[in-house]
Amino acid sequence: MSTAKRPPLPVILLANDLLDGEVVFWTGASWSPDPKVALIGHDAETASALEAAAARALAANQVVDAYLVDITLDAQGHGVPNHYREKIKTEGPSVRRDLGKQAGLYNIVANGN
Amino acid sequence: MYRYDEFDARFVRERVAQFRDQVARRLDGSLNEDEFKPLRLKNGVYLQLHAYMLRIAVPYGTLSSRQLRQLALIGEKYDRGYGHFTTRTNMQFNWPRLRDVPEILDLLADVEMHCIQTSGNCIRNVTADHFAGIAADEIEDPRPTAELIRQWSSFHPEFDYLPRKFKIAVTGAARDRAVVRAHDIGLRILRNAKGEIGYEVMVGGGLGRTPMIAKTIRGFLPKTDLLAYLEAVLRVYNLEGRRDNKYKARVKIMVHEIGAEEFARRVEAEFAQLDGPAIAADPQEVARIAAYFAPPAYETLPARSARFETAKAENRAFATWASVNLFPHKVPGYAAAVISLKGIGDAPGDITSEQMRVVADLAETYSLDELRITHAQNVVLPYVKKDDLFIIWQKLVDAGLATANAGLITDIIACPGLDYCSLATARSIPIAQALAHRFADEKRQLEIGELNIKISGCINACGHHHVGHIGILGLEKSGQESYQITLGGDATETAAIGEILGPGVPADDVPDAIERIVSVYLAHRTAGETFIEAVRRLGLAPFKAAFLEKTHAPA
Ligand code: SF4
Repeated sequence: MSTAKRPPLPVILLANDLLDGEVVFWTGASWSPDPKVALIGHDAETASALEAAAARALAANQVVDAYLVDITLDAQGHGVPNHYREKIKTEGPSVRRDLGKQAGLYNIVANGN
Repeated sequence: MYRYDEFDARFVRERVAQFRDQVARRLDGSLNEDEFKPLRLKNGVYLQLHAYMLRIAVPYGTLSSRQLRQLALIGEKYDRGYGHFTTRTNMQFNWPRLRDVPEILDLLADVEMHCIQTSGNCIRNVTADHFAGIAADEIEDPRPTAELIRQWSSFHPEFDYLPRKFKIAVTGAARDRAVVRAHDIGLRILRNAKGEIGYEVMVGGGLGRTPMIAKTIRGFLPKTDLLAYLEAVLRVYNLEGRRDNKYKARVKIMVHEIGAEEFARRVEAEFAQLDGPAIAADPQEVARIAAYFAPPAYETLPARSARFETAKAENRAFATWASVNLFPHKVPGYAAAVISLKGIGDAPGDITSEQMRVVADLAETYSLDELRITHAQNVVLPYVKKDDLFIIWQKLVDAGLATANAGLITDIIACPGLDYCSLATARSIPIAQALAHRFADEKRQLEIGELNIKISGCINACGHHHVGHIGILGLEKSGQESYQITLGGDATETAAIGEILGPGVPADDVPDAIERIVSVYLAHRTAGETFIEAVRRLGLAPFKAAFLEKTHAPA
């Protein structure tokens, strides 16, 4: 994480939940499988806070593969990843619209830990 | 079919217990991700784009009905109701939770299955001709050899940490249906001038970033020398293969750099000093293994089935399916039936739990309880009486599994690509779907004839694009998905790597580009000439010209 180059702002922080594998987003207080509640880092300070949150969560074995993703705000003010890879990652398979977040299906056990 | 002996069973159970403990230690923080990752990979657990992925070994693509039913159950209980067959004849589940994996592994162990050596730098699942034991051009069933190699390579302490992964494929026939020349080691069973049976040993094939066709380093290896010779190959590679650069670590790079002759010389030198008889499998064990693959109890049947002929005459759709999806069986009155997992618009290789049960039931009732998975991501019922084909087809129709396209242009190989795979640079499945829709017309497909399209979502080439008659590689270009098209690849005994036709095209342009390539073939083919034969005769130029010609929108 520390070695990764910070992407252009604004950014969100995503990762995979260690136990369930689900893609999760840092809300500022916790990890949520819902991309709509991701905390958006508009400035360098918030981006640094997101990086710190990633480092803490990795060290605490809550998540794996945590990194910042540059986004564009949609009409509702939600962050949509600029790159098609992370866009698929926040939605689910483009060939199975009935699966993943786009279908409201989270692969996570609530209050799991 | 092969059955585990007590040692196999104990090993697998012990491994499940170990992994359960490793997961627990990961969760309580005693193992960090760097420590845990190699352990989970050793048990087939990858982290993909949306979730973990579990890869289950299907040795030489052979499954029993009971095993497929267990996979159906796992898909339903721990996944999203479907699985995916890969080009290495394994099954992948896309949505398992790490916390559930130990239980899944226990369920697999119940039916003599596991995920061991489906990942990591070890000898991977051994693959074989999916028509093993039934093809008329076969000298010997390759599966006893594959099983022997499986046993020898499982937990082989010396080869548990190779420079890179290592894949072995075996064919027992003249025609190569197992892509053996695209493997680290390819074995072909053959007969020498004296009529003895042995192996042609090919080394250094592989696709990926640096595609190579394997070179023959031994024209005839006596059967009893097999394990000692493999040990010599692996030892030369293990000692001298490059560990400093992941992209140069496969044996193909070493064979390429020092040359096949020098590689062969080193192998022969190592082989000469090994204690061959001590390494060779005990003849009793070889016989024990072979007995599991003895020909099943076939009935004596007439070659011609009146029931089959009548059904074909009365039902055109069945007749088409029968003409495309059946493979001739060496035993009169029987056929092997290919169940296409390439329904128009489906994700290639995907199969639902319900479909798995239908296929398992069909295999149990009509195919001596056995089925095969092909590297082309289809399923085979290997021992079907011609008399039963019509009823089987009707049941396949009901299950959405009766697509008549085996070997045709819509029988597309595609890796999961960016819809699932974290290494992908572009999506594969939507391209396969768009092409299947474009060429869906049955008459037209038959008119085009045999044509293999193979699609990979990144340079790792799991979709075998290099050896597709038409290969499609998904890349990223300026932040967009872009598809590079190759022509002239061949996955058979005349293996060849396809050549790039020109600059990459956006996803939307792929169907038109393929259409232009196919048109050149249709315009220039001679009577009975297949697509790949025409490409060889005509050369790249006319196809390249057509490919580069942009489609102009009507004014
Ligand atoms: S070819 Fe690339 S994208 Fe496709 S499955 Fe392999 S690693 Fe993933």
